[in-house]
Amino acid sequence: MTKTAKSERATLGVSEEQAQLLDIATSFCRDKSPIDKVRRLLEDEQGFETADWQEMADLGWLGIAVPEEFGGIGLSLAEVVPVVEQMGRTLMSSPFVQTTLAAQLILKGGSAAQKSALLPDLASGTIATLALSEESADWDLTNLACTATDKGDELALSGKKLLVVFAASADLILATVSYQGAPAIVVLTKEQIAEGGLRRENIIDETRRSYELTLDGITVPKSALLPTENVLPALAHLELAASLLLAAEMCGGSVSVVNYTVEYLKTRKQFDKIIGSFQALKHPIVDAHTANEVARSHLYSAAHNFGEQGEGEIATRIAKAEANKAFAFSADRAIQFHGGFGFTYECDAQLYRRRSLWCEAQHGDTNYHQRKLEELML
Amino acid sequence: MSTPTQQELDEYRAEANAWFAQNTPKDPGFMLPLTFMEVGTEQQFNFLREWQNKVYEAGYIGAAWPKEYGGRGLDQKFQDIAAREMKKADTPIMLNAIGNSWAGPLILDLGTEAEKKKYLKGILSAEDIWCQGFSEPDHGSDLGNAQTRAVKEGNEYVINGSKIWTTQGNFAKYMILLARTNPNAENKYAGLSFFLAPMHAKGVETVPIRKLTGEYGFTQTFFTDARIPEDTLMGEEGEGWKIAMRTLEYERGARQGQAGGHVMKQMDPSDILDIARKATINGKPAIEDPDIRKELVELLSEARGLQLSASRAGIQPLVQDNPLSLPLSLKLLNSEYIRRLNQFAIKLQGLKGAYYIDEPNGFDKGIWQRGYLNAFSATIGGGTSQIQRNIIGEHVLGLPKTR
Ligand SMILES: Cc1cc2nc3c(=O)[nH]c(=O)nc-3n(C[C@H](O)[C@H](O)[C@H](O)COP(=O)(O)OP(=O)(O)OC[C@H]3O[C@@H](n4cnc5c(N)ncnc54)[C@H](O)[C@@H]3O)c2cc1C
Repeated sequence: MTKTAKSERATLGVSEEQAQLLDIATSFCRDKSPIDKVRRLLEDEQGFETADWQEMADLGWLGIAVPEEFGGIGLSLAEVVPVVEQMGRTLMSSPFVQTTLAAQLILKGGSAAQKSALLPDLASGTIATLALSEESADWDLTNLACTATDKGDELALSGKKLLVVFAASADLILATVSYQGAPAIVVLTKEQIAEGGLRRENIIDETRRSYELTLDGITVPKSALLPTENVLPALAHLELAASLLLAAEMCGGSVSVVNYTVEYLKTRKQFDKIIGSFQALKHPIVDAHTANEVARSHLYSAAHNFGEQGEGEIATRIAKAEANKAFAFSADRAIQFHGGFGFTYECDAQLYRRRSLWCEAQHGDTNYHQRKLEELML
Repeated sequence: MSTPTQQELDEYRAEANAWFAQNTPKDPGFMLPLTFMEVGTEQQFNFLREWQNKVYEAGYIGAAWPKEYGGRGLDQKFQDIAAREMKKADTPIMLNAIGNSWAGPLILDLGTEAEKKKYLKGILSAEDIWCQGFSEPDHGSDLGNAQTRAVKEGNEYVINGSKIWTTQGNFAKYMILLARTNPNAENKYAGLSFFLAPMHAKGVETVPIRKLTGEYGFTQTFFTDARIPEDTLMGEEGEGWKIAMRTLEYERGARQGQAGGHVMKQMDPSDILDIARKATINGKPAIEDPDIRKELVELLSEARGLQLSASRAGIQPLVQDNPLSLPLSLKLLNSEYIRRLNQFAIKLQGLKGAYYIDEPNGFDKGIWQRGYLNAFSATIGGGTSQIQRNIIGEHVLGLPKTR
């Protein structure tokens, strides 16, 4: 049995680069993602603007956590966090997170040749995404029904992957399949996907695009496999990296939806009073605000400790679990506190609540992470 | 004062560490209060007063207060180190909390030279115990409505009225007193004044009040034509509210400058794990219960979150969007958390949750039961949790006042 020593303290901190990126991302996201544009993009087939993507690439953001030898900036995911948090604040949407995570998967799981072939492209703006989920809806990334089987020198893939985000825009898709009875990761290119292989899914967060990917009929060379021995550690890393960035997006969104609601509470009048003076509204919105503050502390601790064995996993799972809760509460109350207007499509509260549901469903809800934390903390 | 070098700090840490290892008192054979609000007996009082005096003589409280007022004139970093070492050694609490942590820093901050000379050293040495006379029987949360009267007569003020929930009132030599000098002022706040009032004046009487635990710790304080010298007025007449608000900032930890050292021992979140391993629910170790395990993770996560938030409050880039938010939120969050943590410690005992202090058949002699009841001291004292939510809503989020 392990016991945390009383003197042992969780830590957090901020690097100079993080602080700089926070400042740059704050103004970038404010400029590029005003709410009328967010709403316009809801109707857009692609779901983001190519020009914005190009600018992010030019700023070097796709390579923040990619080593310099592969054309990146050579920082870490800790420096990606402030960027994603600001994207969350402004409800910005793009394949940024998926591409960043794809690069992480290759960095952890790829062969030397795959790294040199793929990372420089990803770091400079080639769009990539991940095909992980399946019909089983298991958050365990190693529980796979899709398969790869030997077919001469090649591999034949079969099965369906779900919730492949921004797949229609992606040049590369990293898909998990079962190969020779063990989890494997294959690199697919856009060209390999059959006509009709992608079906757009109807998802709750309309700022995103998501697709079902049919693998049946796709064959890839064996060189598309990431080395077998790397797969499990790479997937473990990916789950935590994804949880960290989702937590960042959720913390951003949650702060923003509280601000949005507070503005309404400061202006709307009933019974001749500004409704924000009613404690039945004031106290719960304060609770939402303080929960967001604590969730942010967890997020920054997770970012700060991400690379640490043990501590990084604990901090990250707590960050995801707490961000799930905080964003759900903030956005749920946001709808209620706008009254009839809150029930409309026009009120932004629904955008946040839908996004919080999406984010919570990705890579583990609160219970999922807390079960894992039981093993790690008790 | 030059910035201390790392080596100086390390040496100081080693000295402090050794001193507390050597001097931390052994179990005195009676229950020691876990907070300054739980000092119920003469025995406890004398013991803690002696302990604070010893720590002061060794230089480990008031280290950052100026030399001329009894401090050591050192950089705050030294005091922070001493406080941490004291906590690590799990020493008894510092008794004179209201002096050390709010009256003292207030006097340093706003007091006259004469006031600093007169009061500060006695605070640190625990020779002069301080209490706080803000709340009244009819005016608690609505502190601005306090009605205790102070009427100037010659070179004295005559005080009439009553204060209540006066922590350590029966032990105190001085009181920070909020009283009304002008009942006809333009608003309720403008009529208030602030006094550094002697408790041993004629006409001041304290009556102990029994707490929900069955023990003692605070008093009601009655003023019947009590005469106090005019120079006990702090600032000007009418400045009472402003000074009281400043005091509350020190009290709630939203402003720094305290003498240092812990005035409360809170349950350490890691204790809850020990309890969960030792205690049984329905015949089985509590830690094996799936619902308990989930709650444990939540409470341990929350403890981390609060500790991290306290650290984050000092890291500018991570609070730049709202620098006031964390300082104004932590009292609420911490006090409510500690209350729930103690409550959970009772739940872990299953059937034995029914026992109370000192019962041999009880779990850990009922300390968690007492802890839970005492935890309300922090959710009510210093401004209730509901009032804290109003403050955060109004001062952090900018919502209109509740009327
Ligand atoms: C252990 C302990 C030690 C203390 N020590 C001292 C001391 O040394 N000196 C001192 O001066 N005082 C002391 N206090 C008093 C403390 O500051 C008051 O009890 C507190 O401010 C609440 O005032 P009240 O007791 O009059 O309760 P009330 O103000 O009557 O409150 C009753 C309930 O109504 C709620 N309420 C009141 N107003 C509002 C509002 N506007 N909005 C929403 N809810 C509201 C409160 O939250 C509470 O739940 C101590 C209290 C305790 C418990």
